[in-house]
Amino acid sequence: MANQTALHGKHLEAGAKMVDFFGWDMPINYGSQIEEHHAVRRDAGMFDVSHMTIVDLKGANTRAFLRYLLANDVAKLTVPGKALYSGMLNEAGGVIDDLIVYFLQEDFFRLVVNSATREKDLAHINKEAAAFNVSVTERPEFAMIAVQGPNAKAKVAMLLTAEQQAAVAGMKPFFGVQAGDLFIATTGYTGEDGYEIALPNEQAADFWQKLLDAGVAPAGLGARDTLRLEAGMNLYGQDMDETVSPLAANMGWTIAWAPEERNFIGRKALEQHKAAGTHKLVGLVMEAKGVLRHGQRVVVEGGEGEITSGTFSPTLGFSIAMARVPATVGDSAEVDIRGKMVPVKVVKPAFVRMGKKVI
Amino acid sequence: MSSIPNNLKYASSHEWARDDGNGIYTVGITEHAQGLLGDMVFVELPEVGDAVTQGDDCAVAESVKAASDIYAPLSGEIVEVNEALADSPELVNSNPYEDGWMFKIKIADEAELSALLDAAGYKNSIDE
Repeated sequence: MANQTALHGKHLEAGAKMVDFFGWDMPINYGSQIEEHHAVRRDAGMFDVSHMTIVDLKGANTRAFLRYLLANDVAKLTVPGKALYSGMLNEAGGVIDDLIVYFLQEDFFRLVVNSATREKDLAHINKEAAAFNVSVTERPEFAMIAVQGPNAKAKVAMLLTAEQQAAVAGMKPFFGVQAGDLFIATTGYTGEDGYEIALPNEQAADFWQKLLDAGVAPAGLGARDTLRLEAGMNLYGQDMDETVSPLAANMGWTIAWAPEERNFIGRKALEQHKAAGTHKLVGLVMEAKGVLRHGQRVVVEGGEGEITSGTFSPTLGFSIAMARVPATVGDSAEVDIRGKMVPVKVVKPAFVRMGKKVI
Repeated sequence: MSSIPNNLKYASSHEWARDDGNGIYTVGITEHAQGLLGDMVFVELPEVGDAVTQGDDCAVAESVKAASDIYAPLSGEIVEVNEALADSPELVNSNPYEDGWMFKIKIADEAELSALLDAAGYKNSIDE
């Protein structure tokens, strides 16, 4: 029996097409993935992301623990509520998972990790936390709803109390705040403005219904994937995994090399990767008809690589992809689409942000 | 439950064929199939004049989700393709049995029709 989120009934009520997503019965779409995609880019859409895993870390040494556990440096988090994106690496410098960490209090940080990697993440975190005397507590009693799009914040505001509105007023990107029963964060996986909101399971269906009544369109995992790919955001398991260096996954910006004396898991291996050079993750654009897909072979200057994520971009009207290729890559490449070599442009892996084309 | 018109013949690979008279059959994919594939973004059609063989792939339907081969339900010659799909592939989703048709075949051998399913047979094959 697959796991169900607190919003499962709302999905069925809306006629969602449900699929198995790493052990969770989740909506892939509610009719049209493309219309859901456009709703997020042009107005406001919402995703049930309750399958994601919230992990609370508590204890006086939590900051020191995270400075060892993560490749990015939580020393950057100086203001309560501030969040950081980071890879969690193994000793070989491969990516165990990518996650968001929130600094809530000096002895209290919150992680949001992927559902597909939940068990190995928890095992790893628990094992490493022991030496720091940090408590690790999963929070399955919370549902999570991502409300995204240019009108998302205004529509959410209609549901908030005056105190909650005050708590989120002027909140910059990548912050989270506990406001009454809601943990409201200015994060997302679409390249649009909006919130990710964690709330008690028993309140989730009612909150979802109020968002529906406020004109927020439900969107499924299908639209979530095309939106994140347009935004150039990685999908764990597809664009990187334990065998891939973050340097080969466009995650170099998430590695805090300084200060040099900070030892974090994977640091030695990463220094070797950096010295030896790695493949790089680039964006591909194909304006001819057809669709780039995961696994297709890419021929570039100096060698060959592979598409890690590919799709039709509903916003741009043509196909885009992320591909891992030799660093010798120039500004064009060819993709093997069912035996036919098709020319594509090579760009930075970000295609659409805030509703606008960025390539 | 999806619609399965009684006047069509079906392949178990989810194509339908409609008898237009004079040995011409119009071919598309079923409502059930378009539902499985999701939003269509590109349909690669055969060319007029191509010879196709029953059961062989002759077109590709690309949806947001995946690329899927379309198989010729009957052997013969392609005599027309649906040009409207070049600009409006979503017709395959919105109207799979009419505006979303894909190509027409001048069939070579009527005996092949016996290999196709009727509506009830197709309904059983997709277990709805």
